[in-house]
Amino acid sequence: MLQIEDLHARIGDTEILRGVSLAVEAGEVHAVMGPNGAGKSTLARVLAGADGYDVAGRVLFDGDDLLGRTPEDRASAGVFLAFQHPTEIPGVANLYFLRTALNSLRRHRGLDELGPQEFLALAEERMRLVEMDRSFMHRSVNEGFSGGEKKRNEILQMAILEPTLAILDETDSGLDIDALRVVAGGVNALRSPDRAMVVITHHQQLLDHIVPDRVHVMVDGRIVRSGGRELAAELEAHGYVGLDAVSDRQGAATVGVTP
Amino acid sequence: MSTAVSSVRSLAHLEPPSDGPHPDWLAPVRREALEWVAQHGFPAAKDEDWRYTPLRVLLEAPLEAARPDTSGGSVLAPLARVADLGGAQLVFVNGFYAPFLSRPGRRSEGIAVTNMAAALAAGDGRLRAALERPLPAYRHAFHALNTALATDGAFIHLAPGAVLDEPVHLVFISESGDAPVLVSPRSIVIGEAGSQVTVVETYLGTPGSTGCTNARTDVELQVGARVEHYKVQDEPVSVTHLASLGVRQGADSSFRSHSVTLGAGLARDEVSVRLEAERAQVDLGGLYLPGDGQCHDNPVLIEHVAPGGTSRQLFKGVVDGDGHGIFNGHIIVGSGAFRTDASQTNRNLLLSDRAEVDTRPRLEIFADDVQCAHGATVGQLDEDALFYLRSRGIPRPVARALLIEAFAGEIVSRIVPAQLAALVQRLVADRLCAGVPERSRERTP
Repeated sequence: MLQIEDLHARIGDTEILRGVSLAVEAGEVHAVMGPNGAGKSTLARVLAGADGYDVAGRVLFDGDDLLGRTPEDRASAGVFLAFQHPTEIPGVANLYFLRTALNSLRRHRGLDELGPQEFLALAEERMRLVEMDRSFMHRSVNEGFSGGEKKRNEILQMAILEPTLAILDETDSGLDIDALRVVAGGVNALRSPDRAMVVITHHQQLLDHIVPDRVHVMVDGRIVRSGGRELAAELEAHGYVGLDAVSDRQGAATVGVTP
Repeated sequence: MSTAVSSVRSLAHLEPPSDGPHPDWLAPVRREALEWVAQHGFPAAKDEDWRYTPLRVLLEAPLEAARPDTSGGSVLAPLARVADLGGAQLVFVNGFYAPFLSRPGRRSEGIAVTNMAAALAAGDGRLRAALERPLPAYRHAFHALNTALATDGAFIHLAPGAVLDEPVHLVFISESGDAPVLVSPRSIVIGEAGSQVTVVETYLGTPGSTGCTNARTDVELQVGARVEHYKVQDEPVSVTHLASLGVRQGADSSFRSHSVTLGAGLARDEVSVRLEAERAQVDLGGLYLPGDGQCHDNPVLIEHVAPGGTSRQLFKGVVDGDGHGIFNGHIIVGSGAFRTDASQTNRNLLLSDRAEVDTRPRLEIFADDVQCAHGATVGQLDEDALFYLRSRGIPRPVARALLIEAFAGEIVSRIVPAQLAALVQRLVADRLCAGVPERSRERTP
């Protein structure tokens, strides 16, 4: 479904992604772990189409090139990014925002738009998934939300927009254990054979709740190791130190490509 | 105030009207007002309050005082655009009352809603004070010129305790034929003790109208009166719109006013409020949306004269193309106005790199124990928010429109009459979201 080949990204003279290669199949959940500054969030933002990066390499999504397309076009194709720091948008009600988003996607796909009542029914059903109160729907997007509420709102959006590729950028950061369980529960409910997920995290703890098929370790703009779910436990025990040596020895271009 | 009158080729030659209803006391008032103009001249760039206001073109235009117009017909199109607010609707064409286009409200005890010419003809002495004694003085030549030339406008009077539930809607339509005209409507609202009223002013014009609207509205609130006021200005860009709203507030009175400025090439909406007795409250809001070739100037003066007054100001500008937005907010807290609580906020959104904003707070505080807060911002659309919306599949133009409407919505949402709020929301959306397909523009419920 997603094939990333030798992806580079720079801001000015600073190279942040230095040749990332990664393949994710439908139905799979991949975890990308790594220390602060490794480029994990940049990878997520570049995939979603954020401005400001000089990008080189290739990203295929269902066989089509993703790079160079607008963020809205990528979203219409089925890409979704759960933001690490969801943006607050004063004056735009959450309900209105979500209905506009869903109807934009539906229009793009040649489907009928949902009216306010139909949408509300859908939203209320999906809100149960992340245990959100309906009062959230009438508040401005993310404005004054706690950290946990913002993350739940991201998962709610994923549940409503039903992407085929979901990239979760540090969805666990700032969550207490109860909120983590709710968020992870929402994510797990959305796992499906048609949907791929890339879960970016610092901590192995999230992966106790969202069990990945593959784990990749990103250091210094490259994926330096890939393995099964047991790799996460190994990282938790030994840390990221020492992995750089592995990457240097093996070379970046080949490491991390799923066969 | 120093532009020599001789350099003003046209406005200074204007004569007070000789026809129309004419009580004895009015002729000297008009003559003195015109003399005031001759003495003080028109504002110039070195006057602080007019520093950024491009008046030159207006002052050189060959304006003639408007006459009652009977051509009719062409005003029907703009009239069809106004909101029906359910109550009295007084229509003025070039400043003159048009009875056949108007709808008087229900008659009720202690409430007069009429036009100034009719009130003058009936010998209504209650107009006299408002026209005769500008307090503290004429603000500038355009204020005096309005007094000298105005023969019509609205007159609204509420006796003590009178409450008018339905808004009074004043619709001013400018319509010029071959020659540009100076339109001088004068409206007077007097709320006696404990009375309540909502007044809406809408200014429109027929396409291609030229000339200048020089409108003056005086509002007097006596003890405990509550007046809610709205103004929507959407005149053609070929028109200059100069307006001043002068408010005097008695003890425990409450005045609330919101303006939405869309039209005219140059629009200057002056609001000056004197809190003359204890615990008066004023809440002002404004939204101005200058685009290509437009300048929207918003001078505000709040004078806290008495103790315990509260004033709030929130003015927001969305400036597109080579538009120019101005906010000039002046608060004076006099030596007797202790325990004053004043705040002023001005926020501006620039949609183009040619757009210009001048924002200037002026606070003069002569009393102790006063709270005074002010803040001003000028910024662009939040790129992070745009990316966030687009990453959810919302196309860029729709995402922009959402953010701009949200910015403007803070003012629009303060408009209480539902029909007016809906009209303003539509006008603002039409202006700000040009290029967004209609079907993408769902309305916030």
